[in-house]
Amino acid sequence: MRLKSPDELERARTRILEERRAQEAKKRVVLCTGTGCRGAGALEVFDAFKKELGHQSAVEFKSTCCHGFCERGPITIIEPMGIFYQGVTPEHVPQIIAETVTKGQVIEDLLYQDPATGKAIPAEKEIPFYKKQERLVFGHNRYIDPTRIEDYLALGGYKALVKALFHIAPDEIIAEVKRSGLRGRGGGGFPAGKKWESCRRAHGDIKYVICNCDEGDPGAYMDRSLMEGNPHSVLEGMIIGAYAIGAHEGYVYVRNEYPLAVENVGIAIEQATRMGFLGKDILGSGFDFTLVINKGGGAFVAGESSALMASIEGYVAEPRAKHIHMTESGLWERPTNLNNVETWVNIPLIIEKGSDWYGSIGTQGSKGTKIFSLVGKINNTGLIEVPMGMTLREIVYDIGGGIPGGKRFKAVQTGGPSGGCIPESLLDLPVDFDELTKAGSMMGSGGMIVMDESTCMVDVAKYFTHFLKDESCGKCTSCRDGTLRMYEVLDAITKGKGKEGDIEFLQELGWVTAEASLCALGGSAPNPVLSTIRYFRDEYEAHIREKRCPAGVCPELITYTIDPEACIACGKCKKECPTEAITGQKKVPHKIDQAKCIKCGTCREVCPVEAVQVK
Amino acid sequence: MTSAQLEKILKKHDHQKSGLLAILQDVQALANYLPRKTLEEVSQRLQVPLTQVYYLATFYRAFSLTPRGRHLVTVCTGTACHVKGAALILNTMERELKVKAGETTSDKEYTLETVNCLGSCAQAPLVVIDGAYHGKMLGTKVLSLLKGDK
Repeated sequence: MRLKSPDELERARTRILEERRAQEAKKRVVLCTGTGCRGAGALEVFDAFKKELGHQSAVEFKSTCCHGFCERGPITIIEPMGIFYQGVTPEHVPQIIAETVTKGQVIEDLLYQDPATGKAIPAEKEIPFYKKQERLVFGHNRYIDPTRIEDYLALGGYKALVKALFHIAPDEIIAEVKRSGLRGRGGGGFPAGKKWESCRRAHGDIKYVICNCDEGDPGAYMDRSLMEGNPHSVLEGMIIGAYAIGAHEGYVYVRNEYPLAVENVGIAIEQATRMGFLGKDILGSGFDFTLVINKGGGAFVAGESSALMASIEGYVAEPRAKHIHMTESGLWERPTNLNNVETWVNIPLIIEKGSDWYGSIGTQGSKGTKIFSLVGKINNTGLIEVPMGMTLREIVYDIGGGIPGGKRFKAVQTGGPSGGCIPESLLDLPVDFDELTKAGSMMGSGGMIVMDESTCMVDVAKYFTHFLKDESCGKCTSCRDGTLRMYEVLDAITKGKGKEGDIEFLQELGWVTAEASLCALGGSAPNPVLSTIRYFRDEYEAHIREKRCPAGVCPELITYTIDPEACIACGKCKKECPTEAITGQKKVPHKIDQAKCIKCGTCREVCPVEAVQVK
Repeated sequence: MTSAQLEKILKKHDHQKSGLLAILQDVQALANYLPRKTLEEVSQRLQVPLTQVYYLATFYRAFSLTPRGRHLVTVCTGTACHVKGAALILNTMERELKVKAGETTSDKEYTLETVNCLGSCAQAPLVVIDGAYHGKMLGTKVLSLLKGDK
């Protein structure tokens, strides 16, 4: 049914809410089937619930996308009690239905246990991982089946759109976004309102808006989770933006590796069109807007705005010089406003609650909240949303629950391949756009990869440089050859072939690469190298001078040995060793033949008593 | 890939030059690689130089110019997977399948690839076999995974 006015929308919303109120007392099983939980087997759990619940009308079954606490997936919540179950398998399903759903009894084994106190926590909202967060844009995921627009409407969806279309003039919308202080969440941090304004003022009848969901930073997946889990909030933001700017066509560019996001946003566009939020004469306002999905081809550089537009036009994703801004001449040489997924999702919130409210969250220069993906060597891996300005220590220890295995924190890498590593001494740094830049890193799209004492910082620099060397489009010599040469030098250092002067050479090369490259990929390519040199120079020196990898990572510089004191001669390593390098008998400590050892790490992995040492 | 199949894809994208990337994606999805003959046909039908078609086909990672194996093994080498030992997993895969990343086994059974991040970092290190995610991978688990598959 196509809604023709705000009144019709409100009537539809009232109907949905009344239906839900009648069902309120009903038990509900909410299962996360986002990509993270799918990796842990959520689809099998989904099938099991479907089978067990059948057409049982007394229980409602809802499948949502990412809740954020991916570490504990598949996640199931039993409502209205709000009981949180983690690591659910198909075998648990009959028990959950029989005990918790039917009788209201809690199954202890499936509860989250606080590692600090050892206590089981039944209620989702009491779990420390969630407690310190402020989930303004990400929190709705948990209540929404992304394939049902009714779920979004029940939460007040498209209210901001009505306000924008019927009660605020386009210039005033832009002024409101400017006042809110919202900065682009894709990495650059450019003020969103300013960008909108210059696109609105640009000459031309045809203008475009684009949503950038080419989330290429390894270790960051908040855009995907928003797109998969709450696609209508992205659409609402885009429609408001298009109206303010004066665009009637928009594009959603989604990364090739995100099939579920493509699927869900496709469904959302279809539903929004059917109900009258997209298409001609939206809600009777006279405003027309259509949206098209574009799928990327798997190129990191396509996330750069001009490269992304070239890709939509059907060309290879190569950036161009931006003497003229994209807001003046972008897609098909027409004024184009591109924003990242998370930026768009913030828009309905700002319009509905006002810029004063929004501006009260965050720091002086960075307003609102930011979603980070907290991954790597951390206990609570997942997506978190916190107000700008929270310190790294609070994020890593209070929300992330610290480092697993009692190991020592070494660094946190922020900003993706173009970002940098922040050492322990800066743990009290308040996280916002400006502070991270000052520390030699950047906000980027919000990836936070935690590293512990067993992570080699030279190896990390080499990893990112290898990534950038592969993903450089090759247009600028400084980037194409600069990243390659940096990689070669780093590779030599990790293989024990480093020499005096290499560090200085890397610094010089890094400067040239950054200065002489056209786009941000080359411009920030040296960051991983320069920031690790800045904070972990001693590790570089150990590799170069002593031919030693202090973290025990670089294969050419380490040896695997078995501690005869600790070895229990169980024979596991001997059995699994792919090159038969391990000798030993029952009751005799085993030994590794260094000539045969290929340093694959298998023995260390299978050893039950951690007798295999790396030096 | 037959001309009729290609025609259907071209029609879906209105024979538009700007649809080239999407057209190649559909060809890749259907044929599992980009056959040279098809690329030549695309070039002629859309009146796009063959060099430009190849420029796209070799620029984006999603495309393969050689036929892929019956099973696609993808090792995630994103940052979270890297710090949790993805390199060791990849080495084991390369050793077991006797191919390098990006190659296909001689019996055309497996193609081994890497991906920069699948955004399933809580499951790091991650291996995907024919679209099924296998998280928290270990070198020893890789072996049983491949054996179970064979």
